[in-house]
Amino acid sequence: MEFIQDEVLRMTWLSRLLRLALEELGLNVDSRIGGSLHFFLYDCVKITIYLCVLIFAISYVQSFFPPERTKKILGHFRGLSANLVAALLGTVTPFCSCSSIPIFMGFTAAGLPLGVSFSFLISSPMVDLGSLVLLSGIFGIRIAFVYVLLGLCLAVLGGAVIEHLGMENEVEDILRGVSAVEQDIPTLSFKERLSYAKEQVKTTFRKVFPYILLGVGIGSFIHNWIPKAWVLSLLGARNPFGVILATLVGIPMYADIFGTIPIAESLLLKGAELGTVLSFMMGVTTLSLPSMIMLRKVIKPKLLGIFVGICVVGIILIGYLFNALQAVLPL
Amino acid sequence: MEIKVIGAGCKECDTLYQNVEEAVKELGKDAKIEKVEELIEIVKLGVLSAPSLMIDGKLIVSGRVPGVGELKKLLS
Repeated sequence: MEFIQDEVLRMTWLSRLLRLALEELGLNVDSRIGGSLHFFLYDCVKITIYLCVLIFAISYVQSFFPPERTKKILGHFRGLSANLVAALLGTVTPFCSCSSIPIFMGFTAAGLPLGVSFSFLISSPMVDLGSLVLLSGIFGIRIAFVYVLLGLCLAVLGGAVIEHLGMENEVEDILRGVSAVEQDIPTLSFKERLSYAKEQVKTTFRKVFPYILLGVGIGSFIHNWIPKAWVLSLLGARNPFGVILATLVGIPMYADIFGTIPIAESLLLKGAELGTVLSFMMGVTTLSLPSMIMLRKVIKPKLLGIFVGICVVGIILIGYLFNALQAVLPL
Repeated sequence: MEIKVIGAGCKECDTLYQNVEEAVKELGKDAKIEKVEELIEIVKLGVLSAPSLMIDGKLIVSGRVPGVGELKKLLS
């Protein structure tokens, strides 16, 4: 178990290898510059390996759950169970914030309840198979599991609240009266799924790599140049508002989990509290300025405000919950 | 034959369109290729993922970009 945690998921062998290589070149890894370089190289390589392996595996699974199919499955459920299924399917349906609008429109046109669409909309960017594995690698399997569980809770409850508020009139008029044709989804062969997965790795890599470099750059800067006392006083146990601060900073930012992880990792090493760091990550992945602007095209400001409000409050609560849990349980 | 390349302004959508054009040309088919880019039109067609490909009203490819070779098989 420990071997998998450290050597496979955390890739400590890579860290040792790079340390040896850098020392061979005459760099002291414990110095600031050497340390930054070590952190940068280690995280870049580690996250790139993660990205390729994970996206491939995930895309293969996702090829079984195109949004058209998710839509059909969701049509069979009612009430809270529909929200739960939407949140769960959100974790396996291919998603990026640029496709959220067509999916949202399609769900609405298919007559799915608004709350169900929102459960999907919350869970899809926040929790996916990738975040489960990636978080296991950085923070350990238990934390990853709790993160996913709480993320799903937020998606289910958030959707249910929106449903309960009866916001059907807060959808923009262009969506009214649109009815969609039922399409048969083309079935894929094993070979087509593999080539789809390969294609996804390529396009995701191209899209995400700049963010990874940026994220790792910021991470290695925090890791070696920002005094621990600063992080402690802003995001550590000394600041009761650390979670709120981290959430509010994270929300307008647009990045996916791969770019966020190195920042989260270095903040944690510098003494930021776990819940605070996780709130930051959830804020970055779940909401972003671009996705809000796009959503605004199909829902009215009131509903958008409620959606953002639910996410913000939920993420902050999860952060505090994690911090409290961390104090009593050995996470 | 009526071909619809469906997707709103993503890079993959353009790639699919080019691949389809290429495949049609190589096959020497008489086909009308249409780009569907209006979100509301896409939703009306019952399509949720981009890029997608429809031939004579039937969804053939959903949310991926097949190469020219595979498209030729799909089109003939």
